[in-house]
Amino acid sequence: MTGTLNLLAHVALLLVLPPLLLGVINKTKAWFAGRRGPPLLQLYYDLVRLFRKDMVVSTTTTWVFRAGPVIGVSAVFLAGLLVPFGPFDAPIAFPGDLVLFAYLLGLARFFTASAALDTGSAFEGMGAAREVSFASLAEVALFMAFVVLVRLSGALSLSPMLHAPIAGIAGGLPAAALLLVAVALFVVLLAENARIPIDDPNTHLELTMIHEVMVLDHSGPLFGLVLYGAAVKLFVLAALLLHLVLPVALGNPLLDWALFVAGVLALAVVVGVVESVMARLRLSHVPSLLIAAGVLCAFGFFFTLA
Amino acid sequence: MSASVSPVAIEILAAACIALSGVPGCLLRRVPAAGQPTATALNGLGSAAGLLGLVAHARGGDAEIVLPWALPVGRVAFGLDGLAALFLVPILLVSALGSLYGASYWSGRDHPESAPRLRLWWGLMTASMMAVVLARDAIAFLMAWEAMALAAFFLIATEDDQPEVRRSSWIYLVATHTGTLCLLGCFALLAHVQGSFALWPRLASGGSAWISTAIFALGVTGFGLKAGVMPLHVWLPGAHANAPSHVSALLSGVLLKTGVYGLVRVCGLLPDPPLWWGGVLLAIGAVSGLLGITLALAQQDLKRLLAYSSVENVGIIAMGVGLATVGRALGRGDLVVLGLAGALLHVLNHSLFKPLLFLVAGNVLHATGTRRIASLGGLARTMPRTFVFFVIGAVAICGLPPLNGFAGEFLLYAGLLRATRVDPVGWVWAGLAVPALAMVGALAVAGFVKVSGIAFSGSARSSDAAHAHDPGGSMLAPMVALAGGCVLLGLVPSAALPLLERAVAAWDPEIAAGTPSLAQLVPFGWISAMGLLGIASVAGVATLLAWRRPESSAAGTWDCGYARPTPRMQYVDSSFSETLVGLFDWALRSRRASPELRGPFPSRAHFATRVPDAILDLAVLPLLGAADRGFARARALQRGPVHRYVLYIGLAVMLVLLVAR
Repeated sequence: MTGTLNLLAHVALLLVLPPLLLGVINKTKAWFAGRRGPPLLQLYYDLVRLFRKDMVVSTTTTWVFRAGPVIGVSAVFLAGLLVPFGPFDAPIAFPGDLVLFAYLLGLARFFTASAALDTGSAFEGMGAAREVSFASLAEVALFMAFVVLVRLSGALSLSPMLHAPIAGIAGGLPAAALLLVAVALFVVLLAENARIPIDDPNTHLELTMIHEVMVLDHSGPLFGLVLYGAAVKLFVLAALLLHLVLPVALGNPLLDWALFVAGVLALAVVVGVVESVMARLRLSHVPSLLIAAGVLCAFGFFFTLA
Repeated sequence: MSASVSPVAIEILAAACIALSGVPGCLLRRVPAAGQPTATALNGLGSAAGLLGLVAHARGGDAEIVLPWALPVGRVAFGLDGLAALFLVPILLVSALGSLYGASYWSGRDHPESAPRLRLWWGLMTASMMAVVLARDAIAFLMAWEAMALAAFFLIATEDDQPEVRRSSWIYLVATHTGTLCLLGCFALLAHVQGSFALWPRLASGGSAWISTAIFALGVTGFGLKAGVMPLHVWLPGAHANAPSHVSALLSGVLLKTGVYGLVRVCGLLPDPPLWWGGVLLAIGAVSGLLGITLALAQQDLKRLLAYSSVENVGIIAMGVGLATVGRALGRGDLVVLGLAGALLHVLNHSLFKPLLFLVAGNVLHATGTRRIASLGGLARTMPRTFVFFVIGAVAICGLPPLNGFAGEFLLYAGLLRATRVDPVGWVWAGLAVPALAMVGALAVAGFVKVSGIAFSGSARSSDAAHAHDPGGSMLAPMVALAGGCVLLGLVPSAALPLLERAVAAWDPEIAAGTPSLAQLVPFGWISAMGLLGIASVAGVATLLAWRRPESSAAGTWDCGYARPTPRMQYVDSSFSETLVGLFDWALRSRRASPELRGPFPSRAHFATRVPDAILDLAVLPLLGAADRGFARARALQRGPVHRYVLYIGLAVMLVLLVAR
């Protein structure tokens, strides 16, 4: 019974909560800038409005242009079913699901970038090129992080693997390894979701964009799917990272769910703070940051050897 | 079929049928139209018989046949076990499908001179590959190996009027004979240790450590040259790019796999191989994977790109074989099963999606006459069916769910991640191999998004591309079969379980008996379930969108307000891969010819980048050139008259007899 309830809570949160994260980030940034900012629920309003609109589709496009947002949303949603939320197990867990998690993000990337190139616009080509280039470095960091966690927990499935920190990992060195992995995963989260310092979601210069420029030609419901998919991805990666920075289980399901939601929103605040106090990196410096994230995980790996 | 017929006999008959498939076409020069159908029919018949033989093997078990031919040394022995059976599947499938494709792609009407020749060598090459896999004696193996190498040489040289084709086929010939030389040494040492030429023995011990090391090194070099691992891949890109596309499909889908077959066999020779054997293979695999896919990313020629991607995939396979070898050295059955099964599943997978992609390249070349990615564009609309096949092949080759590439890489990841927990030494290799494999996967996405986006999407950059069209049904039918295989093995990877389990059992019976089976180690059910769930969820979102039925109006691409975009303003492939190629420039040594712009009104200028094969151009060819100059004096001995060569041979034999006394 509780299993079913937790499953329902997982799916419901995964479906409903993601757009709120963007609201929190924007509110935080507005607060830093001394503005009042858009309402917390702005993205929900946007999604509803976009879903009602009609669309303009470029004459050069094919079915790939529509498949991009559709497959993108589906893939990140499935990835979200593999990640445990808080102390609860994920709805779907099997040995090796972490590989599927990473490759679902890859599938989303394949079709998002292909859809961008489908328009034949040079701007969108640039965005797609940057996206696949930076992601191939972010993927290394993500898998290095998984290697450290697998070595610490002995599990090949995300649920037991990410719950290992709750059980308490003895000794100072494994804890240090977890800290390094957490930093690396935060960088991966920023990169995968195109946040500052990798990409500036608010920039007005198409030449410097990554994510935003890939979807210039999407409009109406398709654009809504793109925005929603991006929010889900942010939410899923935040839920993943939360296990390392907040490895707490209170024991009461209701309190645990509340703590999870609060934790994810707090991570959104942190992302907002980072965006407020930092500038975007020069594009040519982004690879260094991502390689550094991978190297941090490698150091974490060395710590686990002791 | 009666149960008393040995499956090996069926395979030999099938091979004979395929070997002869091109002969009628060569004899019946008067009736050019008859050659192709007979060749395709005989090839298909032989393949069907061969697959039936595999079914008989699955029911009846391993078998061996010794043909009553007297050789001065060794015997003519053929045998079928689980490992041979697995490698026969791609040989039979790709050969038959490729022959069907070739019937239209390289028809006797368009190529009256070369088509009969090509069909003859096609059949001979397929049959000799079957013989390589079936051979149970070193002499028979080497004969089949040499026949295969020569047939492949003539296939690559089909268009021998073009200098680039001749160059590539010569490089191939030199490479393959270097490999044969290594194998000769390898088998001689093997015969020295075990006392006979029988293959593939399980040695009680490798004699001295030196001899077993030499066997391993020679075997890895000889078979690695055929498989195309870095840095022994030098022959591969040119040969694949310059052969007719269905020949490239056969080369890449099957010929490379005979090298892999040899690697797997060599690693299975010793009961307890040293740990570093596995480490070496993991390292070779990781390097091949990473540099192969980066080189692929940098290519501007569609078929060269696919060829380098074969180097990458062979690297992934080598990593699996390395992991299995590490597992045997450590006595870890789970690593053996996962590593070897992962490698072999990837062998099967790669022999489905790579031929599919080469046939796609064939369609493109057929329709547009160019392999240059930057001259294409817009093919998704002019060749919609070919584009669907391309997307299936590309998603599969990137290892993305729900297609078959994912299942193979899943096994490898599962094995490698388990190995990261092995103390004291296994983790070093595994800890390096996991991120390497991850990066290979992500770079493959970059590479194939590039092809999809530049060659197939956008608008046409040349009039040839604008007027391209899909080929006819006889060229599309083989592609349907290959794409269907990708989807089937992706959604139901457990379909390959019987083949894989018998192959693992044939490789290492003790370990296979003592560890949990593959089906217990890998959640095949979940992979299938997630694939179906993914399809259902995509269908759900698409239905939602269709239900909303948004009015869509067509307009030009919104190029940030620019009103008159032209096809020439689209992003091109070398710009697309510039960041990643820059990251790997220490290995790639890309050349750029950038113009110098001076003054307020600079004149017309051209910018070009090129990524040569650094190993071929900067290492191998200079070395061979130096050797050529160094041995210039010895050329006096080599003037051409046959009687002199007979004299040399006689003198050499006398010398050997003298020394051997």
